[in-house]
Formats: sequence, C-alpha cells, structure tokens
Amino acid sequence: MAKSSFSVSSLPGFASIAIFAFVVLYLPILTLVVYSFNSEVTMGLWGEFSLDWYAKAWANERVKDATLNSLIIASCAAVISTAVATMAALGTTRRRHFKGQTFIYVMINQPLMVPEIVTAVSLLILFGMIKQATGIQGLGYLILAHSAFCIPFAYLPIRARLEGMDLTLETAAADLYASPWETFRRVTLPLMMPGIIAGAMLAFVVSLDDVVITEFVKSAGQDTLPTYMLGQLRRQLTPEINAISAGLLLITVLMLTAFFLLTRKND
Amino acid sequence: MSPAEENVVRTSARNGWLLSLPALVLLAVAAVGPLLIVAIYSFLTPGTHGNVVWDFSTEGWSQILWSKDIFTDSYVWADAHLTILWRSIKLSLMTTIITFVVGFPTAWFIATRPPKARALWLFLITIPFWTNILIRTYAINEMIRQEGLINVILLKIGVISEPLHIIYTDVAIFIGMTYVYLPLMVLPLFAAIDRFDMRMLEAGYDLYASRWQILRRIILPIVKPGIIAGSILVFVPSLGAYVTPRILGGGKQMMIGNLIDMQFGQGKNWPLGAALSLTLLVIVTVALLYYVKVANGEKKNG
Repeated sequence: MAKSSFSVSSLPGFASIAIFAFVVLYLPILTLVVYSFNSEVTMGLWGEFSLDWYAKAWANERVKDATLNSLIIASCAAVISTAVATMAALGTTRRRHFKGQTFIYVMINQPLMVPEIVTAVSLLILFGMIKQATGIQGLGYLILAHSAFCIPFAYLPIRARLEGMDLTLETAAADLYASPWETFRRVTLPLMMPGIIAGAMLAFVVSLDDVVITEFVKSAGQDTLPTYMLGQLRRQLTPEINAISAGLLLITVLMLTAFFLLTRKND
Repeated sequence: MSPAEENVVRTSARNGWLLSLPALVLLAVAAVGPLLIVAIYSFLTPGTHGNVVWDFSTEGWSQILWSKDIFTDSYVWADAHLTILWRSIKLSLMTTIITFVVGFPTAWFIATRPPKARALWLFLITIPFWTNILIRTYAINEMIRQEGLINVILLKIGVISEPLHIIYTDVAIFIGMTYVYLPLMVLPLFAAIDRFDMRMLEAGYDLYASRWQILRRIILPIVKPGIIAGSILVFVPSLGAYVTPRILGGGKQMMIGNLIDMQFGQGKNWPLGAALSLTLLVIVTVALLYYVKVANGEKKNG
C-alpha cells in the first residue's frame, strides 16, 4: 500500500496564508521593539544597541506622571470592577433562572457592545456637568469610568470558573454544619480564586490600554501612558515612544502569560 | 410548586438581584445612564463656546445629512458628512472582508494543529489581540509612513525610486484596521472550526467531492455562526474606530468616530456630535441584534 500523506483537514494554501498572517501580525510590533534599542533616531540608520531611549523615557517627568496615573487608575479599576463582578457572577450563576437575569446580562455586557467613542462622549458630557456643579476634580472620574467598562472583562472569567465548579464540596461543607458564610469563605471563595485573579488581570490590562474614553474624560495634567503617547504621536516622533511602547507591551505579555497559566485546565 | 419551593425560588431570585446590584449601579452611573444624556443633548441647541443651550431643536439630527445654506436658507446635502459616513461604511466592510479572507485560513490552520501546538498558536494570536491598539497602530505607522520601514527597504533595494505615499490615505486606514482587528476575526472562527467534526470531510471525500465543494458545501455552512460572530466583532469596532483613522488618516481622512470628536472640539456643535453618536449606536445595535437572531436560529436548528 502506498504511503499517503493525504490529510482530510488540510486545505491547499491555508497553511501559507496562516504563516503569512502571523508574520504580518508580529513584524511591525517586533520592529518597534527592536528599534527601541537603536541609538539612532531614524529608521533608515542602525547605530548601535543602546538603552538610551529607555533612560530618556524614564527621566521624563511627564512619562513618570503618566505611568503613575496609569497604574493608580488600572489598580483601582481592577479592584472595584472585580469586586462587583465577583458578586454579580455569584448572583447570576448556579441558581434557577430568575426574572430579569437577561436584563442583568445585557447591562453587564453593555460596555462590550457600545462603541468606545459613544461612551467617551457621553461621559464627557456627564462628568462635565458634575464638575461644573460641584467643582470636584481629580482622578475619581477616570477611576469610575474605567471601573464600569472593566466589569464585563472581570465578570466573564469569574462566571466561567463558577460554572465549571463542583457543587459537591459546598454540599459537603454544609453537611458538616458549616454556616453559609463559612462555606463561602473556606470553600467557595478559594475555589473561585483563579477566576477572580484572572478577571482582575484582564480588567487591569483593559484599563491600562484604554485610549479613547480616557482621552475624553481626563482633565489637564491627567494623562495616562496611552493618552500621553497619543499626544506625542501628533508631534515629531522620537524612539522614546518605542521604548514606552515596548514597556507597555512587556506588561501585557507578562499579564497574559500569567492569565493563561491560571485559566489552563489542569484538573 | 409547593409554597416552600416557591419561597426558595423567590429568595434565590432576590439574592441574585442583590448580588448583582453594585455592578448594575456602577454601570447605570458610568455606562448606560450617560447615553440618555446624549439622547437629550441631541435635541438641544449648540452653545457658542461649545456645550449646549437648553432650547429644543432638531437641527442636531438634520445636520447629519443636510446643512442650511446661510444665504438662501435652503437645505443642501452635507457633502462632507456623507463622504465621511460613506468612508466609514466602505472601510469597515472592506476590513471585514479582508480579515475574513486572511483570518479563515489562519483559524483553520490553528484548529488543525495537534493539541499542544494549538495552544501555542492560539496564544500567539491573543498577544496582538491584547496589545494596546495605540501601539499596534503606531507600529503600522512606522511601517508605512514616508520614511517608514517599507519605504526604506524598497528604496534601498531599488524597487522604487520615490517613496510610496500610503500614509494619511484611506488605504493607510484600511491597512491599519485590518491589522488591528484581524485577531477579532480569527478567535471566533477558531472557536467554530474547533467544534467542527473532521469526519464530515472524510464523508465528503468518500463521496467524490472536490476540495472546493467541500469548503463551500460542508465547511462554510457549518462554521457559519463563527463567520457571523467574527464579522460582527470586526465590523462593529471598525465602524466606531477613532484611534486608527486619527493616526493613519492624519486628521484629514476622517471616519465617524473622528467626526463625532470634532463636534465636541473645534466644531463646537455638541447636539450634532450627540446625534452622530446615537446614529452610530443604532447601526451597531442593529448589527448585534441581527447576530443574536441568527445565533439563536442556529441553536434551534442544530
């Protein structure tokens, strides 16, 4: 019998297109990272390997402020959105379908469905009104906005975790006279933890990456790293932006790797 | 149901609502509620220095399509707006089609790898997906701009003698959006193909179907929900795109998102901006409802 390499699932040209797609996806990002180490300013010239642009970015006060703002907002938004999303996930899973549950789903997923620019504009108007009426300034507005649009990102992994969880352990705890609160704290919560951490990390990354809503909501001097970059892109570009991009990219990749390790099905 | 059972169900529903309440309040304040204010603003009169005057007017809506000629008081088509609306729809459709043409083979390739390798390829597609859209747009900018890498290389090897002028054109926005949204097409397609039973292909080959017939008559109908999901996921953010056209279009080649932005900036016409926002929202909602309808139909048939 002739050996055949015929595989039913292979379609001609598909593999080449796929490889091409991966190359095209990664080439620009990698180029950007590589050029962040270039001592020259222009792309046509490669000077030598240098960390100058990183040092320059690091020494730039505005970059420092923006980084600090980004981290404060993303941390607060991740904590708040994950807390309310955890409660909502507990409220909407593992119980008989109740009236209004669809409404809750639609509300929670609303930030995924409305174009960012529309949310941005609506918050610009609302917060403008509040600022005018109360005179209150500060990062609170950005934290509030970010907390809201991060909710679905925190909610989805937590819900997935809850739905995959085994009820028997909790029943066992209840059988052994644990109070509902004890059962929750000692059994349910530890079991949910990977989902909660995964949700918090997604929320953190989503908040850290937001450009449009932040750009509209922020007041003067409240730049985050993305809005600082957006402002810089209008001017003469220096590889400092490459260095900042590479830094942000590194955070994203680290978070994602951790996320995948956490949510991997190893049981 | 016995009264006791009924009671349990009622308590369960009440707890469900109570637990969801903090999230609902937060979303009502900072996501859903503000949209109502936008709706109100679209029916007000623009203030001279931005913001609005609280006088009822439908001008915000009519200005989307018509503008008043200040000399004759007659209405003429707002050509600039129509150009921008048409560009948004055209570029979004083109982006959806191209991401499908490239994304389908890519998703197929990932889904047909052995399980271990599949996880790795999938991870490789999610990294660009989660990378900041600004960084990805900027990376494309560095490729296609006048002194960008593509021009530098092509000039060096002598393929062209003048740098290609791509940046700040519709083509630049199209390239950028295709690049940025490709993972959004691949992921749902992968999910659909992953569930596909490859034995169907064997059956097809056994019955002497050609590869083309197999693709068209067996694979495409079965992965259709994935195709629709991917198309919606690409079309919706493309239509509302702001960052990509702003950077790669250079402020001249605008899309709806940039037109909305302009009304709240130098345009100083908040009602028009509000009306445009709602128009965008309605188009997106219609697309999503269509998806829900098709997805539910598939569930019933399947």
